[in-house]
Amino acid sequence: MRVEVDVPKCVASGQCVMIAPDVFDQREEDGIVILLEERPAPELHADVRESAVVCPAAAIRVVEK
Amino acid sequence: MTETLAETTAEAEEPLPEFPMPRATGCPFAPPPTAQALHTERPVTRVRLWDGSAPWLVTRYADQRALLGDPRVSSEATRPGFPHASAGFRENAGRRRSFITMDDPEHARIRRMVTAPFAIKRIEAMRPEIQRITDELIDTMLAGPAPADLVRALALPLPSLVICKLLGVPYEDHDFFQRNSSKLINRHSSVEEVVGANEALTDYLDGLVAAKLANPADDMLSELASRVTAGELTQRDAANMGVLLLIAGHETTANMIALGTVALLENPDQLAVLRETEDPKVIARAVEELLRYLTIVHNGRRRVALEDIEIGGETIRAGEGIIVYTSTGNWDSEVFAEPERLDIGRDARRHMAFGFGIHQCLGQPLARVELQVVYGTLYRRIPTLRLATGVDQLPFKDDGLVYGVYELPVTWAS
Ligand code: HEM
Ligand code: SF4
Repeated sequence: MRVEVDVPKCVASGQCVMIAPDVFDQREEDGIVILLEERPAPELHADVRESAVVCPAAAIRVVEK
Repeated sequence: MTETLAETTAEAEEPLPEFPMPRATGCPFAPPPTAQALHTERPVTRVRLWDGSAPWLVTRYADQRALLGDPRVSSEATRPGFPHASAGFRENAGRRRSFITMDDPEHARIRRMVTAPFAIKRIEAMRPEIQRITDELIDTMLAGPAPADLVRALALPLPSLVICKLLGVPYEDHDFFQRNSSKLINRHSSVEEVVGANEALTDYLDGLVAAKLANPADDMLSELASRVTAGELTQRDAANMGVLLLIAGHETTANMIALGTVALLENPDQLAVLRETEDPKVIARAVEELLRYLTIVHNGRRRVALEDIEIGGETIRAGEGIIVYTSTGNWDSEVFAEPERLDIGRDARRHMAFGFGIHQCLGQPLARVELQVVYGTLYRRIPTLRLATGVDQLPFKDDGLVYGVYELPVTWAS
């Protein structure tokens, strides 16, 4: 699995950080998403997929391979 | 052919359902039966508003997500066709502009000025303080006479104290701002009442911003004041934002605390789970389920189409109003099995109680921590908590933008 974030789209909802804190974080100055793990470990995949579904701004893309 | 014609005529003559619709007597938590019927029969359909206008009501989860995430759908309340909740709301739309009624890119520019304090880590750092305030409020209630009103003892003061601290608003003024904010969000308020409450609150916040310009502190109003100095905002814009944050910061969570307690007391098996757990994951799940089940911001997300949009087999034309009715979306059985069941063990994270799209709630991390602390504390500390009156006697807030109860008399074994 590869994760991509579309930073300009992010609205700093914090949902991804709440669901998958090992993969996503937020910038200190404005809460915008930071991708910590472009290729997260398999045990994190379910949370990453859930983050992509829940993200209100469609800013998270999961490329499965 | 004849049949189709007859059907079309019948449909055209049938009066449109009026919106908002009443809830069924005895079912204070369920979305109105008419709305539930539309959800199955005509998921995208026109309804009649107080002013005779006929915007679209969208009741299905999938259509709602699509629309709230669609840049062709606008939140600008000053556009013609925007479905206002009352004459007062319409009158206020032009006077009170804050980012909740702006579209991108303007919305994004302004929202980002206030996102930092709501980042997950910053809010998590406030948890001990939120726990301390909750414990103190419960201590005070227990030291006083029973029955007590849970709204005034805990549900309202907790989020008010927290948002006041975050913004830099003196909590001593809570009678003033709570009175005016409940007037502002009541759809039965007259135009004069809404405009008057708005002016009073904006002038008040304007004065506070001016004070922070002279004497900055470590709070959000001071941050906004520094944006005024930098020429990024006018002082009035900053005051409008202050009003939005102050109202959104206490009216919502307060109702979730009180109405959530009613729902749990009515579902003793679910309450028992919360009373007996210390597992933060169990409590966090319960919060999401209560948010879904109650969908307290129950007036629908109000929008207007900027272009023609095909959705659910209908065409919404440019300039037509849209009401995205998340109350039924959150009770959509295609997404949430047995939606009418309050089941705090289910995974309800996909709910839209905080909205969806670019306007999704800015304060959600704070609301979540406040609710996790309260639901994780109140029933453990007062295991005998019960209503001091019948559920059917409770004064429900059917007339407000936010659903809840005006009062919640509770009692306990001392
Ligand atoms: C349980 C409590 C809460 C609920 C159910 C709730 C619900 C909502 C909903 C449904 C929206 C979307 C509005 C729309 O799409 O038109 C929203 C937006 C917003 N909420 Fe909350 N809210 C809660 C708590 C808070 C708190 C504690 C704050 C703190 C300041 C807050 C601040 C805001 C702001 C500023 C917006 C506008 C965001 C934007 O337009 O970008 N809310 N909220
Ligand atoms: S869930 Fe989406 S909008 Fe929210 S912080 Fe993460 S990337 Fe940004």
